[in-house]
Amino acid sequence: MEPRTPPVDQSSLRSRLAGPAILIALLGVFLLVSHFLAGDYIQRIVIIIGINVILVVSLNLSNGFTGVFSLGHVGFMAIGAYAASLLTLPVSLKAVNLPDLPGWLGAVALPFLPATLIAGLLAALVAFLVGSSLMRLKGAYISVATLGFLVIVQVILVNWDQVTRGARTFAGVPPHSTVWNVWIWASLTIFVVWRIGRSAFGRDMRSARDNEIAALSLGVSVLRSRLLAFCMSAFLTGVAGSLWAHFISSFSPKSFSFTQAFSIITMLVIGGLGSVSGSVIGVVLITVLSELLRNAERGFELGALHIPPIYGASQILMAVLFVLVIVFRPAGLMGGREINVREILRRIARARPGKGAA
Amino acid sequence: MSALELLLQQLINAVSIGSLYALMAIGLAMVFGILRLINFAHGDLIMVGSYVALLLMTLGLPFFAAAAAGVAASTLAGLAMERIAYRPLRGAHEISMLLTSFSVTIFLENLAIILFRPTSRAFPAPAFLRSVIHMGQLRLASLDLIAIAIAAVLLLALTLFVRRTNIGIAMRAASQDLLAARLMGINVNRVIATAFAIGSLMAGVVGLLWSARVGKIDPLMGFNPVLKAFVASVIGGLGSLPGAVIGAYVLGGLEILLQGLLPSALTPYRDAFVFAILIALLLFRPNGILGSSEKEKI
Repeated sequence: MEPRTPPVDQSSLRSRLAGPAILIALLGVFLLVSHFLAGDYIQRIVIIIGINVILVVSLNLSNGFTGVFSLGHVGFMAIGAYAASLLTLPVSLKAVNLPDLPGWLGAVALPFLPATLIAGLLAALVAFLVGSSLMRLKGAYISVATLGFLVIVQVILVNWDQVTRGARTFAGVPPHSTVWNVWIWASLTIFVVWRIGRSAFGRDMRSARDNEIAALSLGVSVLRSRLLAFCMSAFLTGVAGSLWAHFISSFSPKSFSFTQAFSIITMLVIGGLGSVSGSVIGVVLITVLSELLRNAERGFELGALHIPPIYGASQILMAVLFVLVIVFRPAGLMGGREINVREILRRIARARPGKGAA
Repeated sequence: MSALELLLQQLINAVSIGSLYALMAIGLAMVFGILRLINFAHGDLIMVGSYVALLLMTLGLPFFAAAAAGVAASTLAGLAMERIAYRPLRGAHEISMLLTSFSVTIFLENLAIILFRPTSRAFPAPAFLRSVIHMGQLRLASLDLIAIAIAAVLLLALTLFVRRTNIGIAMRAASQDLLAARLMGINVNRVIATAFAIGSLMAGVVGLLWSARVGKIDPLMGFNPVLKAFVASVIGGLGSLPGAVIGAYVLGGLEILLQGLLPSALTPYRDAFVFAILIALLLFRPNGILGSSEKEKI
């Protein structure tokens, strides 16, 4: 007789921890390999993937779980990037590049972690202020209004000369981001969003997404759950902005463009709204793919054939790919489901003794 | 300049920019009314028409021929967009359609970057579009007057079209209830294609006026106009044609008002104020000025 899966009380602590332990071990090996064995180029991609994971998984918290489809999250990323960089920029550099900073800001130089936390909190605060009104809107109206928020952020960045250097490049941010701190934040994001998704609070969010009126009638505070998700997601996005700023070192308001917003949304939708593992898969897939395409569009030799550089071709291919996914697989690759490590382990465990006996 | 003249001058400015927004917003509103699709790529039709007109002018075609070809190109591009990108998505979720329209935008803009280089090009408007008539202290740019006149003619023609012609009436039926319209034997695909054609034609006209106004064109030139048209149609109530027109003129007035009233240190922030006001308005009238305030049915 095929033994059924053991009831909960028999499932030992060991098997419950096996999944996370294996994930952490895999991540550790992955980081060690990319830290010690991989070249600069691969390391950069590993860092970019980590930052994108934070951006996309946290966007999933708002767009995927609560259905509040924000197009303005890049605005929070910009807030995080500028705020953290203003805090970590060496005082001597501030005196040269930003002579008109308010005194206290000009004299302060914080370590990376507190600056990142403050940047995230600032993004969350802005999200709270903007969100307490925006979250009352519906569907496409929220999307357009959040896009409006992104425009507001950009207008302010371009014009607030004495703090942001206006449209000019904001340069000299210390390159603090490493494979390690980026991926610690990324793992934390994955863990937190995953736990929220499985908590009662996460069920509130989903119920409000799937049927607002039914959720309201069951006593779910739709507005509160949306707003909380929006703020938490803004916090993590602000953190990602800080990590990105300390990775890229110099940026300008143009870096936080609509194109950037779109590429993050592409990863989210291709991975599958509402699925954390889907988000991670979407990020890895699209980041690697667009990196390959970006290299290809610089032109290459194919045998005797010389392909000239076509800048913009990679964007076109991504757009076509995106439409194909929306038409043929509208729920994304994972379709809102998760990869269940324990289930996979159980299957492996079940398969192995079978093989041994045969 | 007397106060009255100043008022008149600013009014003309507001109506002229509002007319451009109105012609853009109509296209968005018509499509949204029927399909619930926010067609972000509508702005890129401006770009398509302007580039085609510019290329033909540099080939030596007279302005009017080139302009007509530009408008035709916008219309065809709009029809192609509907057929290729949006028709496979009939009945899809609002957000899926919005995201598809973003893809279309990215596609068209990058195609334009590849074909025409990312840098901007001068758009040589003919003399009659650049002349200025002085009436006392008033400064009347011919472009403003022409924009107002063209918008008036096109809006009147559109009103007659949706009220008097069969396909226009079918279009209104489809925007009230797509399924019921289909059950009544209305060829929905034809209605939708017509809506796209009309909206795209107007976008083509706006493109020429806009390019003449700015004096140069670039592959990303559609972003700002379409964003403003969005705001206009949201102010008026997404999907309502009169609402879109009213919203466009309100937006034009608002912009000119802010330009005049904001202290000069704050004028660069004008667009931030416009969007902040939009968000505030949505809180009090979540469906815009003319949008239906009907409660969702349980």
